[in-house]
Amino acid sequence: MLIKKAPDLSESEVTPKALFVKRREFIAAAGVTAAAVATNGLGLFGGNEEVAAQNPDAQKLPNLVKGPFGTDEKMNSYKDVTTYNNFYEFGTRKEDPAAYAHTLRPRPWSVVVEGQCGKPGTYNIEDIMKWAPIEERIYRMRCVEAWSMVIPWAGYPMSKFLERFQPTSRAKYVEFRTLVDTKQMPGQTEPALPWPYHEGLRMDEAMHPLTLLGLGLYGEVLPNQNGAPLRLVVPWKYGFKSIKSIVRVSFTETEPVNTWKKMQSAEYGFYANVNPQVDHPRWSQGSERRLGEFFRRKTLMFNGYGDRVASLYAGMDLRRNY
Amino acid sequence: MRNEGLGTRDQLNSTQWRRRVFKPVVWLLCLAPLAYLIYSLSLDLGANPIETVTNFTGIWTLRFIMVTLAVTPLRWLTGINQLVNYRRLVGLFAFFYAALHFIVYIVTTFFIEGFSNFDAPGLVADLTTRPYIIAGFTAFVLMVPLALTSTTGWIRRLGGKNWNLLHRLIYITAMAAVLHYYWKVSVKLVPVNPRNYGILVAILLGWRLWRSVARRRASEA
Ligand code: HEM
Repeated sequence: MLIKKAPDLSESEVTPKALFVKRREFIAAAGVTAAAVATNGLGLFGGNEEVAAQNPDAQKLPNLVKGPFGTDEKMNSYKDVTTYNNFYEFGTRKEDPAAYAHTLRPRPWSVVVEGQCGKPGTYNIEDIMKWAPIEERIYRMRCVEAWSMVIPWAGYPMSKFLERFQPTSRAKYVEFRTLVDTKQMPGQTEPALPWPYHEGLRMDEAMHPLTLLGLGLYGEVLPNQNGAPLRLVVPWKYGFKSIKSIVRVSFTETEPVNTWKKMQSAEYGFYANVNPQVDHPRWSQGSERRLGEFFRRKTLMFNGYGDRVASLYAGMDLRRNY
Repeated sequence: MRNEGLGTRDQLNSTQWRRRVFKPVVWLLCLAPLAYLIYSLSLDLGANPIETVTNFTGIWTLRFIMVTLAVTPLRWLTGINQLVNYRRLVGLFAFFYAALHFIVYIVTTFFIEGFSNFDAPGLVADLTTRPYIIAGFTAFVLMVPLALTSTTGWIRRLGGKNWNLLHRLIYITAMAAVLHYYWKVSVKLVPVNPRNYGILVAILLGWRLWRSVARRRASEA
């Protein structure tokens, strides 16, 4: 069996930077090829290589403060969180983002803000990272495919991000978009999804104190495969709502159409609240596999955050608004 | 009965070759995925080992179904009639991997938080409402009578003609299995692997159709 070797980063000490980057790309490409051969050749067991964070600049986030709403459940390992991802921009298999996301360049990065707000414009990631103290928040993450993890995110409340742009009273929704760039995101050469990926929230959902602007995990800046350099984290909704690698934020009056609803509206809706009573045609939502556990566990309404968010949906039929 | 006990190395006749060499080799090949599965339990199976194991047993079931279906065309293509001697064995292994796949699914999906809590309504709902599960279950259920009647005794009891007719259920199994794979992976996207298996099934079954039409034409002429 072929084992993918992690690129040897210590080389940078003896090699000029430009050459080193080229070589690193080559080694990474070779590694990816080897991994592809291993996984395709043997079918399924290609996963025992140690996959490092794909962001070569992975830095510790300084001054991380402990945030509220944490859970004391056992966290999933850094390796689980960074090697089992749905991020179709890098391929549709769970291991693809870890293998291919090295092509994403999270710096320099800017976000375009537009629509119903007082301060539209282009903002860069260095500034964005300074707008509020970065907190650690340990949240449950429940995927619509009936698996879940516990992840120590780093970031700050989405409300503090959005308030900067002074949304007007006509801003009823906020829409987010992921980068489109087939060079950085090779999975986008396939029509797996209509690119760019987009997602939306009602303003009150976006401003809810649980909703996070994700900037890191495990105390470091976000690895590429987890949506570097900035993403959404909404812990009471299925994972696909938590859009990654955001480049555009639009404040709108009408409900935006999110990618998965556009793809398969029978399976995915706008709200996508974790709800064990409303089944997905392919996956029962009544139970879930917490990665690392043998038995499934019961899925909790709103992923266990009901006491904080149920009021957002008072009077709504959640069977219809799935 | 042949007198096998007396044969020395250079005197092996074709039956002895079959029993002593080819059969064990085929058995070993059929057991290799199982051996690898057991061995791999000691390796790192990734973040979701249960999914890895389910997918592994699933894909090997499908591969064994394909090999079973390929025996007759290969025999026709190569003229090696002895190939048919291994068809039942390979088919039984397809059933074996399917059973493993099914058991893993049942145990790891419907026991909630321990063996004392079995979610029977959840199982029934899964088997009756989810298209990809219905397809997989159909494929599996249709293999049961085939496995049960795989013995020489049953061939005799049913008669070769009826037995062959019954065992055409494998065609439906193959189609349902591909559908299961296809739907499991996605509803709208066209995933490469399920599509390729679909093409393979179309070739293997299409060839049979072509042959039976050609034969009928020939007998009419
Ligand atoms: C002839 C019978 C069958 C064949 C050939 C088959 C084939 C497959 C294949 C190839 C996969 C892997 C998909 C992938 O790699 O993404 C798979 C997955 C799966 N199969 Fe089957 N299957 C069969 C029967 C069944 C039955 C009877 C059930 C349950 C009632 C079942 C439940 C599943 C489930 C739940 C998965 C997904 C596992 C996961 O993602 O965790 N299959 N099957």
